[in-house]
Amino acid sequence: MTTTGKGLLYQGADWNFSIIRDCYDAIERVAHDELGLDTFPNRIEVITSEQMLDVYTANGMPISYHHWSYGKRFASHENAYRRGLMGLAYEVVINSNPCISYLMEENSATMQALVIAHAAFGHNHFFKNNRLFQEWTDPSQILNYLEFARGYISRCEERHGQQAVERVLDAAHALQGQGVNRHSGSRRVDLRGEQERARARRLHEDESYNDLWRTLPQGAAAAAQGESEREALRHRFGLPEENLLYFLEKNAPRLAPWEREIIRIVRLIAQYFYPQPQLKLMNEGCATWVHDRIMTSLHEQGRIDDAAFMEAIHSTSNVIMQFGYEQGATSFNPYALGFAMMKDIERICTAPQAEDRHWFPDIAGNGDPYGTLRHAWAEYRDESFILQFLSPRVMRDFRMFRLLDDTRDPYLLVDAIHDEAGYRDIRRTVAATHDPSAWYAEIEIVDVDMFGDRTLRLEHRTQNGQILSENDMKLTLRGLADLWGYRVVLDEIDVPSGSVLATHESTPPR
Amino acid sequence: MVHAREAVRLTQRKLGSGALEIIDRRSNPHGKNLENRRRALERARGAVQEAVREAVANGRIRDTGQGNAVTIPADALHEPGFHRVFTEGQRHIVLSGNHEFSRGDRLRRPPSGGGAGGGGAGQAGTDGGGEDSYRFLLSRDEFLDLFFGDLELPDLVKRELAATETTTPSRAGLSSEGSPSQLDLGRTMRHSMARRIGLGRPKPAELKEVEARIEQLEEERPLSDTALLELEELRERRGALRQRLNRIPWVDPVDLRYRRFAPTPKPSTRAVMFCLMDVSGSMTERMKELAKQFFLLLHVFLEKRYKTLDIVFIRHAETAEEVDEETFFHDPRTGGTVVSTALEEMIHVQRARYPAQQWNIYVAQASDGDNTTSDTPHAVKLLEEDILPVVQYYAYIEVAGSGAVIRGETDLWQAWRTVAERNAHLAIRQVTDRKDIFPVFRELFSRKAGTEVART
Repeated sequence: MTTTGKGLLYQGADWNFSIIRDCYDAIERVAHDELGLDTFPNRIEVITSEQMLDVYTANGMPISYHHWSYGKRFASHENAYRRGLMGLAYEVVINSNPCISYLMEENSATMQALVIAHAAFGHNHFFKNNRLFQEWTDPSQILNYLEFARGYISRCEERHGQQAVERVLDAAHALQGQGVNRHSGSRRVDLRGEQERARARRLHEDESYNDLWRTLPQGAAAAAQGESEREALRHRFGLPEENLLYFLEKNAPRLAPWEREIIRIVRLIAQYFYPQPQLKLMNEGCATWVHDRIMTSLHEQGRIDDAAFMEAIHSTSNVIMQFGYEQGATSFNPYALGFAMMKDIERICTAPQAEDRHWFPDIAGNGDPYGTLRHAWAEYRDESFILQFLSPRVMRDFRMFRLLDDTRDPYLLVDAIHDEAGYRDIRRTVAATHDPSAWYAEIEIVDVDMFGDRTLRLEHRTQNGQILSENDMKLTLRGLADLWGYRVVLDEIDVPSGSVLATHESTPPR
Repeated sequence: MVHAREAVRLTQRKLGSGALEIIDRRSNPHGKNLENRRRALERARGAVQEAVREAVANGRIRDTGQGNAVTIPADALHEPGFHRVFTEGQRHIVLSGNHEFSRGDRLRRPPSGGGAGGGGAGQAGTDGGGEDSYRFLLSRDEFLDLFFGDLELPDLVKRELAATETTTPSRAGLSSEGSPSQLDLGRTMRHSMARRIGLGRPKPAELKEVEARIEQLEEERPLSDTALLELEELRERRGALRQRLNRIPWVDPVDLRYRRFAPTPKPSTRAVMFCLMDVSGSMTERMKELAKQFFLLLHVFLEKRYKTLDIVFIRHAETAEEVDEETFFHDPRTGGTVVSTALEEMIHVQRARYPAQQWNIYVAQASDGDNTTSDTPHAVKLLEEDILPVVQYYAYIEVAGSGAVIRGETDLWQAWRTVAERNAHLAIRQVTDRKDIFPVFRELFSRKAGTEVART
């Protein structure tokens, strides 16, 4: 049945499972032999548009525990879809081993082929080879862990009631952004062992005595030795600690074992998704470039007809549309910029101009575009990739310009445009906006008053004096205080001067 | 992972470096998010309820409650987090699509104040906003449940409701006679078996055995004495067995059992709602609007509980007539007010089309309270003697003009009040403003009158 070489794979829009298999084989041959991609085994799931909405809602996770926030997300997706405001992405892929790609049944044969090339090879290769994913995520275990998480949370709901579980989940979700190890976390979590350890750990903690909390308020004599003991305690708590969820899970005095486990589940899932946003541009750029390359190759080999190729081009150009600021665009479409940069690297490798030789002496004209791209996909993240590879050519194509927004001035100043003097400034700023430290508020636990009222002290190290959004901060802090069980104080610090810009506190309801 | 097991594995094979698996999940259960959706609605219950009531307030009577989309503000389902906001200082933004700017150009700051159209790339969630409102499509039942929440038909009404009966046949045990189609075979055979065992009916197999032995002995000649004796005994036994078998039938008429059906009374599920409104000159559009709100609520409320619900619109000034909904609300009339004409018309329609034995009858009357003084005793008599005995509930709403100080007590109010003192299912309320409508409605129908009223 498998035709090993010649002839059209299909004609027209209709597809069936044997067409999908044939396409997959043809695509795999291009991907592996021509482009040298290295992928996890693939699993392709055919679903309806309704199921696609479900997949969307759960960030592509095939399994998730019940929570109202998913219901909310579902409602807004469903609504946008029904009103026609949003076309469903024709593919969703998740970083797991085997790599699962979802195909919608409504897609035409060409779209199915394109999605296989995009997701099952483009994204798949990226997931498997990028250093960040390798370091942070354990794709072979994620599905089992999600299943464990859902089971665990639903058992908790049976035992302790939905409300009690929701209270912990709500508070923990609010802290998700501060629930990852950003710098130290080079050890990736072994999710399988995680499930088995969970039970043993809880059992042990249930039975054993927590030494830390023996510290009852002491008399004046104790105060004298306070300072050194305080230091020891800080050390014991691992302070300062940037991972708030981790700290709560380990040290919050009033939590029941099952509550700690729920916090842990939220934390591990957040950790799992942590690399995705900082690789979005590269990931999409890679997948789009791969599908574009593969579809072109299939057309060159005569495996798809002109109509199918036109459809593929049409679809690609929709995805890589970049609006200008006049159309209201405030940021770059990761598909557009990512794809443009991949194309550009290919061009620099094969047909460099004098400018490219000047900017990229190490890769210009090296004649190995695929190898160069594979290297970039493996070793960089969005921020460093842009800093390294955003070329003057792409900046010109996008007609980039930089604004200085200074609140003391009544105007915005254009301080760099796409010219010789502006390239580096623009590149630096684009890279900076893709740096995760620009998105997450830097908040640390700095002290725990173990000798007094157990107040938990946090510091927000502000950037450029940007303090936290007040309403959100209050709600989040309330959740934090609720989990901690005692008073919580948050200082917003101006880093250069060390001065405190604002102080907030919250006390859990008794 | 349940769905994985259910899924049809279409293909799984090794190829090249990686295996491919294609799974068709289209037939898997849909609606994974129904539970999440329910929880979201539950969480935003207050906001959803408000939205639902708003939707009803703006709808037409007959359209209401047909399954609706409600929109609830985003903050009811807001998920907080720590986010920075750019309020002051400096920042850089790179945008695309430059056609005319050169370095050093100055741009007017966009009016939003937040800078060039929001934050820089990827700068998530400024002041936690950015989310739109959420729209939920509610099914009719969800909609009405949310809308009426804890309201219920008053006990009084339910008791009367049980008295208005139609009958349907329902199973009522067994009987020994009936039509063959209702024969209960299991029971019949159980009785038959008991009787057969009790009377010692021989088994056919036993007779066959005896017959076979006799045949065998008759073949073997000559017979010994003992054999001869046995043969004779056997012949005798055969005669006895045959006799018993014939005398005791397999199934006797006394065994027969039939399923019995008895007519059982069922509460009628049909209701009719009479809307009576004063359309005389003194009723302004605004007052009619108030009345409409009330009619609408009652309609939706009743519709939730009855399979079929008819509405009859009767308007009156000096004379009364039955009209359609459009005319009822929008066709202005002038003239004096004679309430009894409307009551007479209502009685007339009810007797002609809605016999009280088969219909649950509800009446909602709206008026500004004016009536020709001489007519009032007649109206009271009609109400008390002809109407109240046949209706489940009679609600009278008196609407007052905007901002009007509640003027003493109107003629109609005084008259109806004395009747209401003697008849618990006549309810009278005054309404001055749109926002009163729902509380008044709740008050009339709340489950435990005392506590619920206090809460509204």
